[in-house]
Amino acid sequence: MIKVRKLVKRFGLKTVLKGMDFSVEDGEFVALIGPNGAGKTTFLRILASLARPSMGTVSVAGYNLPQEAADVRRRLGVVSHQPLLYVDLTAAENLKFYGGMYNLQNLPTRIDEVLEMIGLSNRRNDLVRTYSRGMQQRLAIGRAVLHDPNVILFDEPYTGLDQDASAMLDDVLRTVAARGRTVVMTSHDLARTEDLATRFDVLSRGKIAASATHKDFGSGNLLTFYKNVLEEGKAQ
Amino acid sequence: MKENKEKRSGNYLRAIGAVAWKDLAAELRSKELLSAMLVFALLVIFIFNFSLELDAKTRNSVTSGVLWATFAFAGTLGLNRSMAIEKDRGCLDGLLLAPVDRSAIYFGKAISNLTFMLIVEAIVLPVYSLLYNTNLFQPGLILVILLGSVGYTAVGTLLSAMSVQTRTRDVMLPILLFPIILPVIIAAVRASGGYLQNLPFDQILPWLNLLIVYDVIFTAIAFMVFDYVVEE
Repeated sequence: MIKVRKLVKRFGLKTVLKGMDFSVEDGEFVALIGPNGAGKTTFLRILASLARPSMGTVSVAGYNLPQEAADVRRRLGVVSHQPLLYVDLTAAENLKFYGGMYNLQNLPTRIDEVLEMIGLSNRRNDLVRTYSRGMQQRLAIGRAVLHDPNVILFDEPYTGLDQDASAMLDDVLRTVAARGRTVVMTSHDLARTEDLATRFDVLSRGKIAASATHKDFGSGNLLTFYKNVLEEGKAQ
Repeated sequence: MKENKEKRSGNYLRAIGAVAWKDLAAELRSKELLSAMLVFALLVIFIFNFSLELDAKTRNSVTSGVLWATFAFAGTLGLNRSMAIEKDRGCLDGLLLAPVDRSAIYFGKAISNLTFMLIVEAIVLPVYSLLYNTNLFQPGLILVILLGSVGYTAVGTLLSAMSVQTRTRDVMLPILLFPIILPVIIAAVRASGGYLQNLPFDQILPWLNLLIVYDVIFTAIAFMVFDYVVEE
């Protein structure tokens, strides 16, 4: 579903991604973890066609970036720490707007389904500016899955959420993942990430330093695995 | 093949409509942008009114300059705010993630910016007429205002998408915009002045032509380069 080979991204003289290889199969839920500045957000922006790779090849859902960006965007949903919502529109109006941009058929029915899934049906006609941060993030997920994408990218979705809101977001993420979608998520919340993802890739110094599943490090040991990978990287 | 083409152009128009509708609906609620533009425009014409003691003849010759200075400054406020709303909450990324040609986003934003500017102009004109005791409701003058506003928003929308990426966006937009928009302002001032002073149409026509040519050329340029302007 996602194939990345020898990806390099430079900003002026600074090289953020240094020949990164990465792949994700259909239906996998991959957590991309790493320290601040490792290039996680830059990488997700390239997958989302919001930034161009400096070198290397990237394909998402069988389409190459940046040449077939529109085809990729049609099959991709993105949730970042910013909700990408208009606060002076209601939840239903925000979804109507994004549905129009994706030219969705049966939009009113789809909006009802999505609002039901994220638990905001009863607040559909309230302005987004009256929503709590947690509700805005749930609506952001609704916006990202509105067009039923094959691939969903989550960039630090827990940022700024309290415990209750994070727990609620977990439920929504589980619902999304259970529908067989391919998910790539970056997060610093390792405990939550460990519960949700099926594979864990550590991005450090512009490359994937290690990749593991639950079987490889045992239940509850993601933090230890992560620390070991970073320390090995420092020692080299 | 033909069906596909029709479908694509239908999607393109729908995306333009969606962006314009979103901006207008949000502004109808917040009135953030229109109120700032309007208050600023009214303040400018009040200041000119009280600072310039003009006789009737001089009034006719300076009216077009005062009007276009007012529209240009108020328009800059609106253009800046319109793109800042997209950038500040990351909504620009939301727009860029849509599977449509990015020029559709440009046209949607340009239509909403033009609508805001025309609303402000529709309120400023009668106030100006009352304050300066000048009849501004002439079909020719209205046409000039429309053409000038189209040129202004065509360039302004493109440049505001560029300037919003910079840290000094509030300062950057007028610095980028005014040198490029100068031909529109000059042509609009001359053509408006021509109508207000009842000059023969053949003296006004070259300025009208310049406005039309500028509108067409800069809309085409914006259509071609918007994708590169918004890309990281």
